Amino acid sequence: MTESNSLNDPMSTLIELTASEAAERVRAGDLDPAELFEAYRSRAVADQLNAFTWVADGPPAPAPGRDAPLGGVPLAVKDLFCTEGVPSQAGSRILEGYRPPYTATVVSKLAAAGAPLLGKTNQDEFAMGSSNENSGFGPVLNPWDRSRVPGGSSGGSAAAVAAGLAPWAIGTDTGGSIRQPAALCGIVGLKPTYGACSRYGMIAFASSLDQAGPLTRNVADAALLLRYMVGHDRRDSTSIAFPGEIELPRSEDLSGIRLGVPEELSGDGIERGVLESFNATLRLAEGLGATIESCRLPHAPHALSAYYVIAPAEASANLARFDGVRYGLRVDADELTEMYSRTRATGFGAEVKRRIMLGTYALSSGYYDAYYGTAQKVRTKISEDFKAAFAKFDFIVTPTSPWTAFELGSKTADPYAMYLNDFCTVPMPLAGIPAISIPSGLSDGLPVGFQLAGPAFSENRLLAAAHALETAIGFGQLPAPDRWGSYETR
Amino acid sequence: MIDRDQVLHVASLARLELSETEIDRMASELSNVLRHIEKMGELDLDGVQATTHVIDVVNALRADEPEPCLPVEVVLAAAPDEVSGGFGVPSPVAKDD
Repeated sequence: MTESNSLNDPMSTLIELTASEAAERVRAGDLDPAELFEAYRSRAVADQLNAFTWVADGPPAPAPGRDAPLGGVPLAVKDLFCTEGVPSQAGSRILEGYRPPYTATVVSKLAAAGAPLLGKTNQDEFAMGSSNENSGFGPVLNPWDRSRVPGGSSGGSAAAVAAGLAPWAIGTDTGGSIRQPAALCGIVGLKPTYGACSRYGMIAFASSLDQAGPLTRNVADAALLLRYMVGHDRRDSTSIAFPGEIELPRSEDLSGIRLGVPEELSGDGIERGVLESFNATLRLAEGLGATIESCRLPHAPHALSAYYVIAPAEASANLARFDGVRYGLRVDADELTEMYSRTRATGFGAEVKRRIMLGTYALSSGYYDAYYGTAQKVRTKISEDFKAAFAKFDFIVTPTSPWTAFELGSKTADPYAMYLNDFCTVPMPLAGIPAISIPSGLSDGLPVGFQLAGPAFSENRLLAAAHALETAIGFGQLPAPDRWGSYETR
Repeated sequence: MIDRDQVLHVASLARLELSETEIDRMASELSNVLRHIEKMGELDLDGVQATTHVIDVVNALRADEPEPCLPVEVVLAAAPDEVSGGFGVPSPVAKDD
């Protein structure tokens, strides 16, 4: 099986190029972008992981020009992004077959920069989930072990990149939905500062938290993709012009960098193998010149509670639009309200119903202050904790996920147990700050993610530090048994 | 903590029809999640300002000028029921008979 990995095989050689390398070859005239597109398209069509919900028929016409900065390197796009004329179902049966009349800004921007749409990727319904088991179109399988989840909610994007079915992908992160699947699939995932990327055309889950970001094989690819995603968009009034340009990271040391390790997010409840990898990475960082010190984020343990009020509250309002009137599923009834209720009962899955109920309850008369009001105050305290920490440290570092990829079905019985997946990833979006997950090694053969978080708009410093660490970790050289091998490319 | 009647009330606010089994399951699952969430009530949050926006921004304003929008037929293309250039819906008034 691993024979298809041979460098003599032209197709697999193409697949082994990182997205940045492939873009560079196209731009140098050494690689035909149509051939590259077809190499990935044929793999995406043969997807055995249920990572894709739709795959393009072929490369775009006209092809991106040779001077396009992203070189025609095809892009996998989470199904939460609207793409004109192409199914955009957000992992939900209520949007089955929906083809929007417009395209999300980040997808248009990336296509214009030379990253055409390869396919749409599977996800937890409306981005609500941490395992991809909440998709209305079936779960995605983890390419490292197909009996395990890829994480979520951007699980299709993460699995596609990890399995070499796409050179790179975009996803969305509300409470960890880019970083956690990146960690569980052994790839890089970055959640930018709130407002750095336009949310226009991203089907809304929790508007004050949602951000688009890259899922890639390495940090350089993440930086290259992010460079063409950021920017103010007049169609999203919460988007902000990024100060400066996203730089391609070259740093190979961490001299003078101060890393804070929050006690609250690096001890209790974290799997032993994950902690071992985390601690080994801290030692590597020290070797690169960083100073490591323990610190406190006193309100971080309450982040999960605040998140599971704020996100469902916003979702309950955002998902009111799925009512069988303008698009998507309708279940007929004689009376209007009954039509709404039946359509929503049929179209939404169990987790989405749970969150709509939770959010509606938290916003309902008599409970608003106790839940939503309190949660927004906790959010202020979490932001203040980070501000205090960043006065002393360049970055806060934690394991990305408390555990490695778990068995399909093993956490579905207890919703709260599933929510604990987000323990280390929810504080950052609540504070609007950027964070990146990079693979730090394996635990029992499964990837572990290492998370770095920085102040708002510190993406360049964050990418530089992640690049230095990535180089020292050398994860790309680690064996990844099912990474390429199971796809017959000859 | 959340009983059947509360579940039914919230479900009606959310325009969500629930089956009998869903009602009972929802009551127990929501109660369990709320038990965890309510731990944040232990914090002393007196005088803390609630977050309204995470990034320091001033109001984003633009000129109020009309501009082209999507053609009606494009917008209606995905509608489950189109009635003379608009979205068709069942009667908002329940039938008496």
